[in-house]
Amino acid sequence: MISFEYSRASDVAEAVRQINASPTAKFVAGGTNLVDLMKMDVERPQRLIDISRLPLEKVEETAEGGLRIGALVRNSDLAYHPMVEQRYPVLSSALLAGASQQLRNMASAGGNLLQRTRCPYFYDIATPCNKREPGSGCSAIGGLNRMNAILGTSDTCIAVHPSDMCVALAVLEAKVHVTGPRGERVIAFADFHRLPGDAPHRDTNLNADELLTSIELPPRGFATNYTYLKIRDRLSYAFALVSVAVGLELDGGTIRDARFALGGVAHKPWRNAQAEAALRGRPASDTTFAQAADLVLREAKGFGHNTFKIDLARRAIVRGLSQAARATPQSQSNKKIA
Amino acid sequence: MHLAGQGQRKDMYVTDLESDARSRYSGQPTRREVATVAAVVPIAMGMSSGAMAQSQRSESVGGSISVDLTVNGTRHALTLDPRSTLLDVLREHLDLTGTKKGCDQGQCGACTVLVDGRRVVSCLTLAVMKDGASITTIEGLAKDGTLHPLQQAFIDHDALQCGYCTPGQICSAAGLIAEGKAKTAAEIRELMSGNICRCGAYSNIVAAIQQAMGQS
Repeated sequence: MISFEYSRASDVAEAVRQINASPTAKFVAGGTNLVDLMKMDVERPQRLIDISRLPLEKVEETAEGGLRIGALVRNSDLAYHPMVEQRYPVLSSALLAGASQQLRNMASAGGNLLQRTRCPYFYDIATPCNKREPGSGCSAIGGLNRMNAILGTSDTCIAVHPSDMCVALAVLEAKVHVTGPRGERVIAFADFHRLPGDAPHRDTNLNADELLTSIELPPRGFATNYTYLKIRDRLSYAFALVSVAVGLELDGGTIRDARFALGGVAHKPWRNAQAEAALRGRPASDTTFAQAADLVLREAKGFGHNTFKIDLARRAIVRGLSQAARATPQSQSNKKIA
Repeated sequence: MHLAGQGQRKDMYVTDLESDARSRYSGQPTRREVATVAAVVPIAMGMSSGAMAQSQRSESVGGSISVDLTVNGTRHALTLDPRSTLLDVLREHLDLTGTKKGCDQGQCGACTVLVDGRRVVSCLTLAVMKDGASITTIEGLAKDGTLHPLQQAFIDHDALQCGYCTPGQICSAAGLIAEGKAKTAAEIRELMSGNICRCGAYSNIVAAIQQAMGQS
């Protein structure tokens, strides 16, 4: 870890002032990802601005009937928050599927959105990586790419976003509130994370001089017909090979509305509007679900070691939609997949 | 975002390694060793440590910063390099070597301690960020010569083989019991999954935690 200056911010405006005064600085909150990356010399900020004491630790109801989640709410507190458990259980479930309780006790809600890929080449500074060092090349294409992306890839990067929480936030169509030197703005969740394109070093559309302050959930929570199904190499404490978050609204056996997002397959939580439209007005059956899965995966591309993910994702989508339709969401402690 | 430093990255890394290697063979302190040197001033002895801590509280000065930590009930005024992890401060500065360094990457749980009553991995915790916090380590669990129920339960159930992960397992289990979310064996296993035991004593660890839960 390189030597760095350390400072604390006492309010949002001061935090924004500090980061604008030090372009090579980074904010630190939970530190579970940033400190790890600093130890590996992947991140080398010359100043850390500690925002962990800012007053952004509340979960509040919005006037529209949704929830506003402060950026510093701990992942564990959010997962067990009564209003999240009751109204947005897919978010609670996704949070509990991620990391370990120790890390969830540390990690902030805002930091979860900003965590970086776990692609092994991004972590290994001895290898080329366009995300870590733009223009140096991608070692995962043609390398060991079992954990890498099958959707939305570019010829410069096939990394995946590792978050579980964000897959649920994609389904809930959250809004991300940020504050910068020119004031506040709101970013729709679908526009928050980026595809790698030709600039894979940019994970999100948050500017370097902006602070993520809160995450807003609209009122619709899909609290009856939902699931978060995560498939991984071991039963707990591992990143997803493929995960699926689902929210359905049913009229008897007919799907009135449907949203689903995939994790572990792309540079951002992956939704497909056509596939969701194909579910609406149709019977909630495995045939319908398989057709939606095919629509998502017709543009999927494997890179050798990760090609199995295409079939795995197809089956996970069908199973996830089926779990949600039956109102039997995946348990995050009993891992038998019903 | 990090483009400014990109060009220097490799050079700096190499320099870092070379400097460490040179130091190792010349007997000079390495950068890493220098980084871990820090003044430890128990509050009871410190004269103006409070005032010093106040003036340096929110800004690093000359590469070090004053931090107050209460560890197992004892307050310590420390002057730390901001790079110091809580794990290294406990082990290297306070000689509390019960907390173990396993992976040092937040993946094994051996370094689990309680910060303000909640379990965290101390290897990914920067000590300067915990100024004013209350820390409990494995050394702080026994009271008046009586083992904590979890310590006794781990002995009763032979819940270890080599024992290296045990302090982290026990601190993690203490956090788990305080959280009150685990009722069944499956829930204990899930919520203890951040603590790896390479000897594979898991079934006995679950039994030990169940025994301690019954007593709390």
